[in-house]
Amino acid sequence: MGITRRDAVLGTAFGGLLLPSTLRAQPVQRPQELRIGITTFLSGPASVFGVPGRQAAEMLIDEINRGGGIGGVPIRPYFVDEGPGVEHLLGEFRRLVLNERVEVMLASISSGSCLACTPLAEELRRVTLLWDCGTQRIFEEKRYQYAFRTQANATPEVLAPLLYLLKRKPDFRTIAVLNQDYAWGRDSWELWRAGMQALKPDARVVAELFPRFGATDFSTEVTRLLALRPDVILSTSWGGELDTFIRQAAERRLFERSTFVMPLAESSLERVGRSLPAGHIVGSRGDHWFQHPAPADKARLDRFVNNYRQRFNSYPIYPTYHMYQALSALQAAYAKAMAGNGGNWPNEQQLAAAFPGLEFDSPTARMTIREDGQGLEPQLIGTSRHTDALPFATLSDMIVFPPELVTAPVGRNSVEWLRGLSRDILDRVPAPAG
Amino acid sequence: MTHRREALLALLFALAVLAAAFAAPWLRFVLTLALAKGIAALGVMLLLRAGQVSFGHAMFVAFAAYAVAFLAGRVGDALLLLPLAMLLTSLLGLVIGLFVARYREIFFGMLNLALSMVFYSLLEKFYSITHGTDGMRVPAVTWAGMATERVGGEWAVLVAALVLAIGFALLARLYLASPLGEALQGIKTREARLEFMGLPPRRVLLVAYVLSAAMAGTAGALIALTTRHVTPLMGYWTASGELVFIVILGGAGGVLGPFLGAVAYELVRVYAAASVADAWQLILGAVLLAVILFARGGLFSLLRGRRA
Repeated sequence: MGITRRDAVLGTAFGGLLLPSTLRAQPVQRPQELRIGITTFLSGPASVFGVPGRQAAEMLIDEINRGGGIGGVPIRPYFVDEGPGVEHLLGEFRRLVLNERVEVMLASISSGSCLACTPLAEELRRVTLLWDCGTQRIFEEKRYQYAFRTQANATPEVLAPLLYLLKRKPDFRTIAVLNQDYAWGRDSWELWRAGMQALKPDARVVAELFPRFGATDFSTEVTRLLALRPDVILSTSWGGELDTFIRQAAERRLFERSTFVMPLAESSLERVGRSLPAGHIVGSRGDHWFQHPAPADKARLDRFVNNYRQRFNSYPIYPTYHMYQALSALQAAYAKAMAGNGGNWPNEQQLAAAFPGLEFDSPTARMTIREDGQGLEPQLIGTSRHTDALPFATLSDMIVFPPELVTAPVGRNSVEWLRGLSRDILDRVPAPAG
Repeated sequence: MTHRREALLALLFALAVLAAAFAAPWLRFVLTLALAKGIAALGVMLLLRAGQVSFGHAMFVAFAAYAVAFLAGRVGDALLLLPLAMLLTSLLGLVIGLFVARYREIFFGMLNLALSMVFYSLLEKFYSITHGTDGMRVPAVTWAGMATERVGGEWAVLVAALVLAIGFALLARLYLASPLGEALQGIKTREARLEFMGLPPRRVLLVAYVLSAAMAGTAGALIALTTRHVTPLMGYWTASGELVFIVILGGAGGVLGPFLGAVAYELVRVYAAASVADAWQLILGAVLLAVILFARGGLFSLLRGRRA
């Protein structure tokens, strides 16, 4: 070919500086390393998700690189802390794209971060995988060419536990909610209420409690719930707050009076140990569970769980699976883009074009990305139970909801879609397993 | 430091900012934020001259930022939005100032803190209007009627921030040299003397307070136009603490101090985060400790000490 390394460097530099990226249609040189930026919480309360996410990324990237990387190119991750807020994150996003020349960004645990990053990714024309954030607003309010989500969104994550509850305890009459007072706590309750009004309009809401974000004491709320005796208590809280709420509710025997529905409790199970009694409904923001009743490839799930446990001495929780999904989608997209490009390294448009309709493997299932960029991820909901094998609650009577059943169709607003649901959907819920 | 030397330093500083922004495109964003925070910190410094520390000025920053987010859809031009946000924040500063200018020291600091946290909670709780912690997107704006794409827009807001920074620095310098500005020192040493001279201390502090609110408002509008996404976190007490931190880092001795502090703060944070993503707070804390221990007048005093 006769292209020296100097030519390549100069070409890339001038191409990047002088040409608008749309004009860069000629084949791209295969890089020495594939740089990816990963934004995650390394400080603050959400680091209970961010640090496992980073650990999983390091472990999986090591594994991918040992196997020859992506198309022979090893991955080099750059981590960014979401803790300091949106300003810092947007600055770091620019630095990684413009200065470090990362090819792909894996953005954000916080929905606020995702809402801020996605338009910037579009302006910078950089493929961005929304690897963990839940807000359904992103793809419902706008279409993006470079942003894709490699997991579900808040709608299936709320609708699946609601359907599970309606299947398991169809005759409940009263419900109370205790959520953190911030965007997710409010959003998830709005989604739940929209679905509940359509599917069980006679359920009465007896209390809507929104203790402040970061609260460390729930004794007033527990007292109130003990007095109200709701049949069901919903809480989409997470992290230290959910742990504290579970412990304080257990001490005062609230679990004996009401059935709890906790769509994010999978991430707290190991920490709260035996404080969480049997018989309560637990979700995991997807089909993430080390004892998944019917994984697509059991060996793959076991390998992931065992490797993670060996290296970090705890069971993987949902953000680690989400990281697996993002990296797996990335590998699949590069393979697809290179296959469509005569085996050459793709440019950013070719890479972005590979994502709509992309199929890739999660630890437990075969997933797809829809044409609007939204990932279709099954949802696993189960009931807590105690065994002698493990010192914390595991799941029984698990239902794996297929994504088509619980995800709002392309172009539909989630809340409106949920309001229009009919009870037929309950007949399509699969039978429990495991 | 003579006038001429300070003007020369300011010119060098402005040129350095432009050169850095030209050499490293990603720094444009960071430097714009730094200049904006420098303007807000300049306002905090005015109050510090009177011996009053406000732990709540991020409220004005957030107020202006949300004003821009709400108004940008209707008033689509940055050159209208900036003065509008400044004006609204000055009015808010006047209303709050009438109340807090009656208090001193710890009470002044705590009242500002309390009011700012009330405002933070409003932003967070009026979920249907503000989208809570998820924040609001600021729609694209024009500059003097011209639509800009990403790079042009970034340059426009950087230059606007630089011009406003120089403007406010000059204004603050004139103000501090005027009788009303000199009287601030009087509040710090002994207020009764001001009264004997026929100057009402409350009014002296109120003028400084409104001026500082206007500066914080300008900063908030610039930040909103830069990040294009505003969240309640902009008004959280840690953001107010950040402004005080910047003043201490830069030094309250001259109007250049807050800008030096803001640029140093942002660059230390960015480079610390780039080298050790999970321990950048430690580095930032160590830098502040070093400044407090070895350069009590801040970075500005280092410059002055060597050249005077």
